[in-house]
Amino acid sequence: MNILEEILEKARRVAQEAEVFHLEQVDTPVRFEANQLTSIDTRELTGVALRIIKDGRVGFSATTDLSDLDALVQAAVETAPFGAEAQFQFPEVQSVPTVPVFDPAVGDLPLDRMVRIGQQTMDGIRAFSDEVLVSGSVSRSSQTVTLMNSRGGYVQYAKSGFGIGFEGSVVRGTDMLFVFDSLSGCRPIGDSSPVVASIIRQLEYAKHTATTETKSMPVLLMPTAVASVVLSPILVALNGKTVVQGTSPLADKLGQQVASPAFSVVNDPTLPFVPGSRPSDDEGVASKRVPLIDKGVVANFLYDLQTAGQANAESTGSGERGLSSLPSPASSVLVVSEGQSSFEQMLAEMGEGLVVERLLGAGQGNMLGGDFNANVLLGYKVEGGQIVGRVKDTMVHGNAYKALENLIAVGGQGRWVGGGLYTPSIVCADIAVATKA
Amino acid sequence: MSDTGLRERIQEALGSVSAEYIEVRVEESQGSHIRYRGKELEEIGRNSNLGGNVRALAGGGWGFACFNDISDLKSKVRMAVEQAKLVTTDRVELAPVDPVVRIVPPVLGKDPRTVPLSEKKDILDHYVETILSTPEVRSSTVQYGDGHRRIVFANSEGTYIEQERIDVTVRLAAMARNNGDVQQSSVSLGSLGDFGFVERLDDQAREVAQKSVALLNAPEVKGGPYTVILDPILAGVFIHEAFGHLSEADHVYNDPKMREIMVLGRRFGGEHLNVVDGASVPELRGSYQYDEEGVESHRTDLIREGVLVGRLHSRETAAKMGEAPTGNARAISYRFPPIVRMTNTFIEPGQSPVEDLFAGVKEGVYARNWYGGMTSMEMFTFSAGEAYMIRNGKVEELLRPVMLSGNLFTTMENLDAVANDLDMNQGGGCGKNGQSPLPVSNGSPHIRIQNCLVGGA
Repeated sequence: MNILEEILEKARRVAQEAEVFHLEQVDTPVRFEANQLTSIDTRELTGVALRIIKDGRVGFSATTDLSDLDALVQAAVETAPFGAEAQFQFPEVQSVPTVPVFDPAVGDLPLDRMVRIGQQTMDGIRAFSDEVLVSGSVSRSSQTVTLMNSRGGYVQYAKSGFGIGFEGSVVRGTDMLFVFDSLSGCRPIGDSSPVVASIIRQLEYAKHTATTETKSMPVLLMPTAVASVVLSPILVALNGKTVVQGTSPLADKLGQQVASPAFSVVNDPTLPFVPGSRPSDDEGVASKRVPLIDKGVVANFLYDLQTAGQANAESTGSGERGLSSLPSPASSVLVVSEGQSSFEQMLAEMGEGLVVERLLGAGQGNMLGGDFNANVLLGYKVEGGQIVGRVKDTMVHGNAYKALENLIAVGGQGRWVGGGLYTPSIVCADIAVATKA
Repeated sequence: MSDTGLRERIQEALGSVSAEYIEVRVEESQGSHIRYRGKELEEIGRNSNLGGNVRALAGGGWGFACFNDISDLKSKVRMAVEQAKLVTTDRVELAPVDPVVRIVPPVLGKDPRTVPLSEKKDILDHYVETILSTPEVRSSTVQYGDGHRRIVFANSEGTYIEQERIDVTVRLAAMARNNGDVQQSSVSLGSLGDFGFVERLDDQAREVAQKSVALLNAPEVKGGPYTVILDPILAGVFIHEAFGHLSEADHVYNDPKMREIMVLGRRFGGEHLNVVDGASVPELRGSYQYDEEGVESHRTDLIREGVLVGRLHSRETAAKMGEAPTGNARAISYRFPPIVRMTNTFIEPGQSPVEDLFAGVKEGVYARNWYGGMTSMEMFTFSAGEAYMIRNGKVEELLRPVMLSGNLFTTMENLDAVANDLDMNQGGGCGKNGQSPLPVSNGSPHIRIQNCLVGGA
């Protein structure tokens, strides 16, 4: 009997239903600081989480100490009398789609090869300017997820990961510039030139300093800014938890237009070799493609088993968890639909405006209501349809929903931001910009 | 963790491979957490962890390995040393510290482990009810967490330290909704080792509920530069975010330009400005006796009378900069190597009564309470939980939450008054390099900043 079966059997002696989630992973980051290799790490994690349903209530415990399984079961039993009422049953065995997310080539990649990839990335950036100090990492990972429940449900899959992420910093007096980019996937990435090119592009745009005024203007959000300004609040509002709770501003808007028809986003964890993909979610529910906002209309909310039960809906296969807590609804792989405009066209149509590469503190405001209010960490002034330089001491302020109603262009070419988002740039009209200058 | 022979096994592992420096940590932790969303107790759970790590220097830079299987420490030491040997760069030096052998007992008030789950739940139920019974409050989030960590640390220089710490946190949040408009107010609190404060949060629960409702009818501030007065909580976040991170030597030590900026003796502000960080300041959430490299905790003057006089170090950054270690190497768990972190960071009180700061402010913003904060060295943002207009020295109408943002250097120069009412905020959790939340505290008296950029419509 393996350890999962053993836990399940122990748990079933004291509870009606049980589920065991087992995670085993190894991450190996090769880290660079200030143009130098500084460390090589191996980070292993093995642990197990137990969820039980006892007298209709959910109990939970987790441990990385696999030597005392009785204590694990006992801890779950102890919490159950106070736990949430279970509004679901664990899924029985079901067919899950084939989603390739494992490539053995990742594990076979020697450490010195990873060191060389990092070195080449740093050299590439410093060839553009030796004023730049470069830090970052090249990392590989592998994990095996196993899930087993008392109704016969069973899922096991392996996932590999590879990532390259670098930051360049330029300091002149007390003027500081930080530029960043990364690439990730489930297969080895031998060529870091897209990261180098993106960092050089940011350095290029930021070479000159520009000023802006305090007023409303069109703002072009680059993919990273799309994530923080628009998608973060929308995801909170589409989350089954806030929907069930009634705090989501979209809770009663299913089927209604809340954004420009040019805006669509789906959650699709079935895309091959994307880090956020997987055959099933962390509760054993099969992965599927779920439209969230379709041509500006609210199409679906993201549910796990519990919130689906509360909402009288079906789980969308969106149960996400780490080792230490219960699953909760979350997106896995978001894909925002591309539009038609090239970057140059978008700048030309803006005439005068702001390009926002990255923000500082976008998630700190009233995100539930969609408000954003953030410092422009890296952004450029646009005049006469051209980028004229970097702005500083500047804040943008607005509301994600209003910004999406005022969407005036969607870029024709998207890109990945981390392992779970693909999006083009977008242009929103009338965003409030505040500055000291 | 069964202690039978653990110390011997660690010593044996340390001696099994030759390297310039090796350290081993074994950590055992237990915790419980409870989270309510609205009336519903959404999650309750218990966690335990057993794990360890090895960090080694062999030839150049670092090798690090963390793991859950502590049965074969020797193989983990070997792995870390092998990896370190691949890092053929400039040799890392460590500032010398005297080896120490100590077993440090935990700081303890009312031990949360002795409080039954049913009692914890009853207390929290009461706060949930207080918040939800406030008219117009649509929902709430109440979160509780406690954690006990026991860490055994030993290095190849002869240091052996056992330390325990208990951390308790509570967050109360209320959400009010009126048509599509959602407003929220929250408070985060914490303690090193004492469950007692959890029992005394009635006022806070009532306040967050009332504030969330009041915000529904509050106007937005018009964006632009203002004279801003910060309450002790928000000023504490400001000094942590805006200045504190820059005083962490790992942001500075290998960057010649940053070293120029952060040169000791540089004037940062007026003579009324004194800033301190120290884990040896007792019984706060950032307090401890030894850091994660076995260095005894300090109280470090960062700014004295407006002038930069110190910074926070690990052994590595101290050696590189030729300064003394300050005991600021911390890690959130065995899953991470220690890095330079703040502990308890605060602006020391001045002479002025609080009223004096408001007197003569023609139009300004009084920003209170904490919502969040981030920094990118030169630039920072920090958001207030609530804000009020100041007109002609008087605090007037409530505003929607505001975001304050600026350049560290000019903002420190523009910090023109420090009151005498120091208060420490224990609810903070700091994030850096993927390690979050690290227990810290920060604090300040009321402070005044001229010409501070406030984000608004």
